[in-house]
Amino acid sequence: METVQVDVAVVGGGPAGLAAAWKAREAGAERVMLVERDFELGGILQQCIHPGFGLRYFKEELTGPEYAERFIARIREAGIEVKLNTMVLEIIPSGAPSVAPECALMCVNRQDGVLSIRAKAVVLAMGCRERTRGAIAIPGERPAGIYTAGTAQRLINMEGLMPGRQVVILGSGDIGLIMARRLTLEGAEVKAVVEIMPRPGGLERNLVQCLHDFDIPLLLRHTVVEVHGRQRVEGVTIAAVDENSKPVAGTEQFIACDTLLLSVGLIPEVELCRGAGIEIHPVTGGPVVNEWRQTSMPSIFACGNLLHVHDLVDNVTREAEIAGREAARYSRGELRAKPEAIAMVPGRNVRYVVPQFISAWGEEEVQVYFRVVETEEDVYVVAKLGEQLVARKRQMRVQPPEMVSLRLRPQAMVESLRKLVELKGISAKDLVCRIEVEPHGQN
Amino acid sequence: MSLGRNEVVDLQPLVKEADVVIVGAGVVGCAIARELSRYDLEVVLVDRESDVGSGASKANSAIVHTGFDAHPGTLESQLVVKANWLFDDLARELDVPFKRVGALLVAVTEEEKEKLDQLKATGEANGVHDLKIIGRDELLAWEPAVNPSALGALWIPRESLTCPFTLTIAYAENAIANGVKLLLETEVEEIMVARGEVRGVRTNRGTINCRWVINAGGLYSDRLAQQAGLADFRVTPRKGEFWVLDKAVRLVEHIILPVPTPISKGILVTPTIDGNTLMGPTADNIEDKEERAVTAAGLAKVLEGARKLVPGIHPSQAIAQFAGVRAAGNAPDYLVGPVANLKGFINACNIRSTGVTSSPAVAQLVAEVLAEQGVSLQPKPSFNPYRQGIQRFAELSWSERAALINKDPAYGRVVCRCETVTEAEVVAALHRNPPARTLDGIKRRTRAGMGRCQGGFCTPRVVQIMAREMGVAPTSLTKKGSGSELFVGASKCLLTEQPKKETIGKATPASAGSPLSDYHSAHYRQGTLASKEVG
Repeated sequence: METVQVDVAVVGGGPAGLAAAWKAREAGAERVMLVERDFELGGILQQCIHPGFGLRYFKEELTGPEYAERFIARIREAGIEVKLNTMVLEIIPSGAPSVAPECALMCVNRQDGVLSIRAKAVVLAMGCRERTRGAIAIPGERPAGIYTAGTAQRLINMEGLMPGRQVVILGSGDIGLIMARRLTLEGAEVKAVVEIMPRPGGLERNLVQCLHDFDIPLLLRHTVVEVHGRQRVEGVTIAAVDENSKPVAGTEQFIACDTLLLSVGLIPEVELCRGAGIEIHPVTGGPVVNEWRQTSMPSIFACGNLLHVHDLVDNVTREAEIAGREAARYSRGELRAKPEAIAMVPGRNVRYVVPQFISAWGEEEVQVYFRVVETEEDVYVVAKLGEQLVARKRQMRVQPPEMVSLRLRPQAMVESLRKLVELKGISAKDLVCRIEVEPHGQN
Repeated sequence: MSLGRNEVVDLQPLVKEADVVIVGAGVVGCAIARELSRYDLEVVLVDRESDVGSGASKANSAIVHTGFDAHPGTLESQLVVKANWLFDDLARELDVPFKRVGALLVAVTEEEKEKLDQLKATGEANGVHDLKIIGRDELLAWEPAVNPSALGALWIPRESLTCPFTLTIAYAENAIANGVKLLLETEVEEIMVARGEVRGVRTNRGTINCRWVINAGGLYSDRLAQQAGLADFRVTPRKGEFWVLDKAVRLVEHIILPVPTPISKGILVTPTIDGNTLMGPTADNIEDKEERAVTAAGLAKVLEGARKLVPGIHPSQAIAQFAGVRAAGNAPDYLVGPVANLKGFINACNIRSTGVTSSPAVAQLVAEVLAEQGVSLQPKPSFNPYRQGIQRFAELSWSERAALINKDPAYGRVVCRCETVTEAEVVAALHRNPPARTLDGIKRRTRAGMGRCQGGFCTPRVVQIMAREMGVAPTSLTKKGSGSELFVGASKCLLTEQPKKETIGKATPASAGSPLSDYHSAHYRQGTLASKEVG
């Protein structure tokens, strides 16, 4: 068995892993190794041949492969070692008798066979996977012609294979919307995009550019209630749903098609984390982290869609840079202890907040990210420590598909903390910071 | 099995003469083929599907029963009870996964609890003597996820788990290795009869002359009997719906059974041999033998039944649902043996839901029947009872993995991330005999695509390997045989087929004036698809 020793190992060569590896190197980690299970770097970006990437980070509009290429070039220039076609099958966290004080990544590939990468710090960036038909239990037969939208995207854009002619897409998440346009451009007929929720699941710009511009109908509050066809899909029955998302009898309609694409949600790929004993957050589905993207295993950091599903790659990159930088610091012994922390919890109209913890006496400004439950216009997003307001931002609109962020100014936090701790005699350990949305005019 | 790369085992040429033709390559037909391959006989196994085990054998609860609950005195009870004891050797010889995990038949109400004694007595009458009734505390200590209001359980230690795909394939592989000819995509259209004796079978691919036909046609065994002029029984398809849960959810370690009602054995919760949790089945008589649809009502019923036993089950833990169809005949018992007025026609049918279990005992009985009917069963000295399965990378230690990749680097490429299936295993599945020729064939031989992402990740990778190894275009590949093509062509194929302009901008099926054609102006409003396609 081969063994290599590195300072920082990064699992996953998609946008998060690329940015984390590059930043770790830039932050002074000497030996950085990036492990990717596919034959090239870039991850899902390589199959995203549409534009719209990089507007925030690079201030220009790029395609997925172009965005990836910029980071791949940085990786090359930085002299980061890359292991392609290499699958990490197990993470043994530091402290485990066989590897303490490092972590070990147990990998396989054709050249090295079984490879053990021992790292002082690890960044996990395995991304997410798509929910399947089985996860939502769509009734009917089990024919060929049912694909997740991302698989269909890979088949068309990378494998050169056309999954179908007449398509119904279930779910209006961004991949579903992008694929509606992609399939149309490929000459297929997208008969409808069907969405169970009363509102679309994807970004506004994708609704306009992918459906509206191509006259593809979007049916809100509808779902697929049966798949027809025994060998290949021959059609689907859709139906309207009530407020509990249950199909309404009598509203069934048959749509003839040979393909059903599913864009029904993404789930962080946390199986390696589970195996390593990393704490998983019940709402995000990803690891619980602090502002350094440090997981419950102090030597392991997490970022990207593994941590929580993002809408923009630019945000993935920013977050991954934090994870990479802090992993480099950890590998040098500058970030050992987990300090006392404030729990970041969702308040009114907030579904989850990442990071879930921030250090109570941290000196740097911290940006927290969250998603709302319902769309609201003209609001304040606020952070409160107990009843103390510590941050506030006016926002014209918040909506579930678009991540919202809020900067927490450390002075304000420390000030409030001190007051609370001194006056009310509570320990910093018990402190909870609530992030919530307030209608304008309430405050 | 020593085929080189790019060499495809395609349809075997039709055999013109045989001693015995077995119709139906399900678990029972394959078991019979393997049993008969011990003897110096020309045996041909035919099936209309593109792979073995494509009918009832592929979708069931994968349990090897003890027969404790069978109706005493029936052939079914005798064969099931006998077969359970055969499985230890069988699994070892054929390298089939098999685990004696035991079953707990859980009583949730007082009324159910009172039935446990009676069930124990029935089991003992069937020759199952190791049953034990345990109390609530013991039950909950063994299975903490079981309904806390359970009152006790009947412990059936030899109820066991296997993999029905592997079992069927292993029987077939071992039979073929011992000289049986397997003809797939070969449908029997007529049993040729003269002077009250079988003379052969006419198939869609030609005629096979033979003196013995074994009817292992499962769901279609009644039709086969009719083709021989026998119309004395009917097979009613009985559909059962199941849920499969993620491996991350490990709720129970034993097979958890409900107390049966006079009508139904009920919905069980069980671990599978591969570490998932399975719950089901329903039992609904249906008309259409090819129907495999799961229904909202059926799935809800399974969930309700399963939660009665294990309340912690949640639908969000599911990775798949499927329906299986068992061949429930109108005859009250198994039909295994010769038929009156037609020499040479042997039934091995009406096996209902216990075929996976009883298959080795049914096969032995069929061999005995043939001998009684005058077939000379000369043991073949070259018979080799052993079959080696495809080595599962996921089950090996790190040092075994390293050694294997060193020998064959294709073991170093993981193509299915959920189940940790490597390229080497997929390649092996394509070059064994019978080979996998479909995506489902690969799935059932290697588990690639059976995990939580259900093929989302591995499908493109498996397709590449299949096309390369089979020497065909990826566009010719299917999920489960002809008509289930995975792709309509290469990218851009639709653009050359029709002028681009006709498609773009007119992507809706709705005719003019329907709500959808107003969609553009109405923006993203909720709509309905009122058109001639609405049914």
